[in-house]
Amino acid sequence: MRPRIGERLWAWAVWTLVGFFVLNLLAMIGSVVVNSFGTRWFNTWLPAGYTSQWYTLAWNEFQLPDILLVTAEVVGAVVLISGAIGVPAAYAMARRNFPGKQAVMFLFLLPLLVPPITYGIPMATVLYQAHLAGTIWGVILANLVPTVPFVILIMIPFVEQIDPRVEAAARVFGAGLARLFLQVLVPLLTPGILAALLLVLVRTIAMFELTFLTSGPTSQTLVVALYYAVFAAGVRPGQSIDAMAVVYMITTLVWLLIALRFVNPTQIVTRAKRQ
Amino acid sequence: MSAARLPLRRRLREYGLDSVTLLIIPAALFVLALFIYPFLYGLVLSFHPKAGGWLANYTKFFADPFLYDTIRITLVIAVPVTVLNVVLSVPVALRVRLLRNQRLLTTILVIPITLGTVMVAEGLLTYLGPRGWLNRTLLEFGLVDSPVRLVHNYWGVMLSLVITGFPFTFLLTLSYVTGIDPALEQAGAVLGARPRERFRRILLPLLAPGLAITLALAFVQAFTVFPSAILLGAPAGPTRVISIVAYQAAFEQYDYSMASAIAMLMAAVQLLIITLLLAARTLVFRGPVSTGKG
Repeated sequence: MRPRIGERLWAWAVWTLVGFFVLNLLAMIGSVVVNSFGTRWFNTWLPAGYTSQWYTLAWNEFQLPDILLVTAEVVGAVVLISGAIGVPAAYAMARRNFPGKQAVMFLFLLPLLVPPITYGIPMATVLYQAHLAGTIWGVILANLVPTVPFVILIMIPFVEQIDPRVEAAARVFGAGLARLFLQVLVPLLTPGILAALLLVLVRTIAMFELTFLTSGPTSQTLVVALYYAVFAAGVRPGQSIDAMAVVYMITTLVWLLIALRFVNPTQIVTRAKRQ
Repeated sequence: MSAARLPLRRRLREYGLDSVTLLIIPAALFVLALFIYPFLYGLVLSFHPKAGGWLANYTKFFADPFLYDTIRITLVIAVPVTVLNVVLSVPVALRVRLLRNQRLLTTILVIPITLGTVMVAEGLLTYLGPRGWLNRTLLEFGLVDSPVRLVHNYWGVMLSLVITGFPFTFLLTLSYVTGIDPALEQAGAVLGARPRERFRRILLPLLAPGLAITLALAFVQAFTVFPSAILLGAPAGPTRVISIVAYQAAFEQYDYSMASAIAMLMAAVQLLIITLLLAARTLVFRGPVSTGKG
């Protein structure tokens, strides 16, 4: 009987660990949300009263409308461009075998494996010399570096699932490459494209390092503005920083929830190597 | 002319080079221009210091304890947290794999990864602070007499790396664990192997390649900790990690050459540790056993 009791204790210990982690995670998020609505909060479990004034303050003080607009522009451009470059490349990578294909694959894997801060500093240096850093285009270019390969890696298995005879039939009926893409492949690849682009969207909203290294005062995204707000904590009330953090969380998590309708959570970390 | 061009085209097609293959060019050029070129540029730039000989940046780095010590500081943060996250991930992943409905748990765990380090840093500042819920709970249960200091020091950075790192290693390990054919373990059980033996002699060898990759990726992430080391740590002292020094060289001293040198050293340390890990993998994992799935 001993091993069975041991096994049960072990399972109990593992679930306690998971529960403890999730509890702390939710409490961390909860304390930010509660603080952002609280009036005064000193030596009690909950604030003395509730107010929405911190949101009004954050909205005006941190210039949230401008920041949200920049964030939307950056994210929109990154999503569209990485889709336009990445999907055709993924199609070619999935369908053609050519000399040096493995080297090209390695080239696409590298930006996903090397952490952003390591390549971000030399990249920002080059972008500053090209007078692109500090502008919104510098931020967009920097964010495209990991997202283009990301789209390619996600899309390859989706392309491989399509029967090549469908394309052959389209070719026989006289469809050129552009028509093949727009009328045959894109409709068939829609689930994959949606998954890839939604993940790119979530990643770009949350991409701190590359945006931080290349953005100027007028090209900050929400996450960089949040960093500066936390960095300069003490200048403004903590509650208004938390209000901004809540705005950031909502922006990110809404898109995450939409993305999770199309992908499995494990795919977010495994970079969708397997379907 | 066209008679001469046609065979060339056909010959290229034999190699798999046609108009479809050309679709790779924009993406490849993009990565070459904005990833490979800057990296090489940074490498060359690092040998053209503002003052001194071609190695001046590197000799300066290794002569100044305020600079070279950042490697040790970063390793002291990154190595324990990586090992902790991976070691915790394995039993949890082995247990979660038995669940039929993993979706809720994996969704909750993907949240901190999605929120990112800046948000986690701000959350932990509120939650772990002297008046935060964690310290209140500890005081309430009489576990401590005065609030524990968990922010603006080593532990703040450490905990932020657990919050973002553990879900990452767990989800990665889970994807490797679910790739192992359950029949192998059942066969072991039928032949009388206890759980511990089944783990040591069946699961662990099959998991070893995946674990080596998980360790490498988790280490690289922890080693490049940046925003939380500033916001949640003590960036002037115990959490003055190497990425802070690289950032300061570039954007506070405007010495791009030195910053590139530090970035190259950062890459070199990462490469070294990954090579060691992958070499260690071949020591643990010998033989042609396939995991069946990737």
